[in-house]
Amino acid sequence: MAYFRIILLSLVAVVISLTGPAVTLAGYDYIDINSPFLRKIPIAVPLFKIKAESISSSDKQLSGRGSDMLSGMLDFTGYFKMLDRESFLEDSLKADTAAQNIDFHNWTAVGAELLVTGEFQLRGDVFEIELRLFDTIKSSQLIGKKYTTGVNDLRDVMRRFSGEIVYYLTGNRGVFESRIAFVSNGTGSKEIYICEFDGINTRPFTRNKAITLFPAWSSDGKWIAYTSYLKGKPDLYISNVNDGSTSVVSNKGINITPAWVPGKFELAATLSYSGDQHIYLMTGNGKVIKKLTNGWGSDVSPSWSPDGKKMAFVSSRTGTPQVYVLNIESGHTERLTFTGRYNTQPSWSPKGDKIAYSGMNGGRHNIYVIGLDGKDPVQLTRNGGDNESPSWSPDGSLIAFSSTREGPSRIYVMTSHGTDQRRLLAISGEQTNPKWSP
Amino acid sequence: MKNRTWIMLALLLSVTVLLFASCSKQTVKADLQDVKDQAKQEPKQAAAASAPAPAPAPVVMKAPEPVGPSAEELAAKAKAAALKTLANEDVFFDFDSAVLSDAAQEVLKNKSAILGKYSGVSVTIEGHCDERGTNEYNLALGERRAESAKKFLVSLGVNASRLKTISYGEEKPVDAGHDEAAWSKNRRAHFAAD
Repeated sequence: MAYFRIILLSLVAVVISLTGPAVTLAGYDYIDINSPFLRKIPIAVPLFKIKAESISSSDKQLSGRGSDMLSGMLDFTGYFKMLDRESFLEDSLKADTAAQNIDFHNWTAVGAELLVTGEFQLRGDVFEIELRLFDTIKSSQLIGKKYTTGVNDLRDVMRRFSGEIVYYLTGNRGVFESRIAFVSNGTGSKEIYICEFDGINTRPFTRNKAITLFPAWSSDGKWIAYTSYLKGKPDLYISNVNDGSTSVVSNKGINITPAWVPGKFELAATLSYSGDQHIYLMTGNGKVIKKLTNGWGSDVSPSWSPDGKKMAFVSSRTGTPQVYVLNIESGHTERLTFTGRYNTQPSWSPKGDKIAYSGMNGGRHNIYVIGLDGKDPVQLTRNGGDNESPSWSPDGSLIAFSSTREGPSRIYVMTSHGTDQRRLLAISGEQTNPKWSP
Repeated sequence: MKNRTWIMLALLLSVTVLLFASCSKQTVKADLQDVKDQAKQEPKQAAAASAPAPAPAPVVMKAPEPVGPSAEELAAKAKAAALKTLANEDVFFDFDSAVLSDAAQEVLKNKSAILGKYSGVSVTIEGHCDERGTNEYNLALGERRAESAKKFLVSLGVNASRLKTISYGEEKPVDAGHDEAAWSKNRRAHFAAD
């Protein structure tokens, strides 16, 4: 979050609402993100029009890149059916981009229910772009924005306008400002990397040259805690995302699987210095506040409810690893999963009503989602290698996970209903342990 | 008369033996010294010198060779072999289990005997898992495997201060394969002398 805020502040961005039929209330009824039978809305994103006396190749390139970026980002959400530009009746490079001059029949005829138009003007290193969203059936403009910024910030503009579109249609800003941390062994040892929500701009976060695992974002996105063998044993590291300052929790035994308490500079993690493997609550500086779990067996992988009042975790207390939920205030623990003999990696949904986890069945791991009543787990992945480490997008619409469906382990994304499963990125080595940022 | 002859003979013999003995000691020393010097200068000549054929020394001189340094060498060899056994023989586990099978206990008893004999040796017990579980839980399981091996050794009388444990979970498989043959090798407690 902070990372993007800095970039956005550095833009010379002027955003004004463009005049058009005044739409003050957002149309949240366009997309109900909770519906498992979501109908994808057909949307047309034609090439952006270029405002210039004579159109240069750099104009054309920018137009193509901008409209492709916007298309890609909208497609990523799983809400839209992206219409093929080849089928369009209008020459978008010539047609007018404002409502009063658009022939909406030409768009409904190709199946579009939504239309995005763009018109930009390039002046040296700065460009001005007007972006509009239309309801083609109602022939009305839903959103209009004008951005003025440097050419290098094209992606940021597209990310912001994608956010506007998704906010208008769903009432939620979506995933466009989020990032995904994950583990990759491309350099020969497992390290943590961070990419943007759609797998673009991967950069290394750790260069420990040692086994490094289990990244966990604080809820303000400013901190990542993780486990690393940097000093030869599994210690816990708590790193500031922006300035890299780090504190280390180096107790005897294991110091693993951190999870930040929502809205607080506190985290839970599994420590075994007492001889047993239990989950402890710690300050953001790694000082133990109290022990959260008790009893026989291993307790690992805490995941907090969004209100911070409950914590899901894995325990082997009954002999096999299962997901449990601890009520922090009452101290009461309840077992959540009963199907199967190996249920681990719980991830509490941002809305708070569901928990995703990986369950082993027939020797394979798959992603399941279960309600807090523990009844009827829904299997989201099947027939494709091992599928592990589910992590919800901050808006709850998507789930990132790792899968060996193509051989080596890679990061994939699907909707929270299990549809639209696709690989997030293609980089060397194997990727595991994805964690979506707030 | 007969008795005196016997006494004389006996005396003569013992003097001869003494002479030979002192003489051979010196010669052996000189001979060993010689070999060492040669070894320093020219390894090939040293090899030749230690070969039996060209040695000009009488047969008697060879007798004292196995004394002193050789015994130490033997002991060192035996210790090295014991430590190798300690490191090479892994303790194996069932899937999702840190319970010691009969076979695992036998391996550990052998290790306990070695550790009992070589009281100066400390070890790190590494707990490992196969790739099938998830890596968070496996890191915990690896620690339980290392700890159960440690507990068993302590119960056999090995001092706990000589036994460190570390878990690598599923991060360091000994066999990179993706079948039971590989997995069964990877579910292990491995010993490394410190």
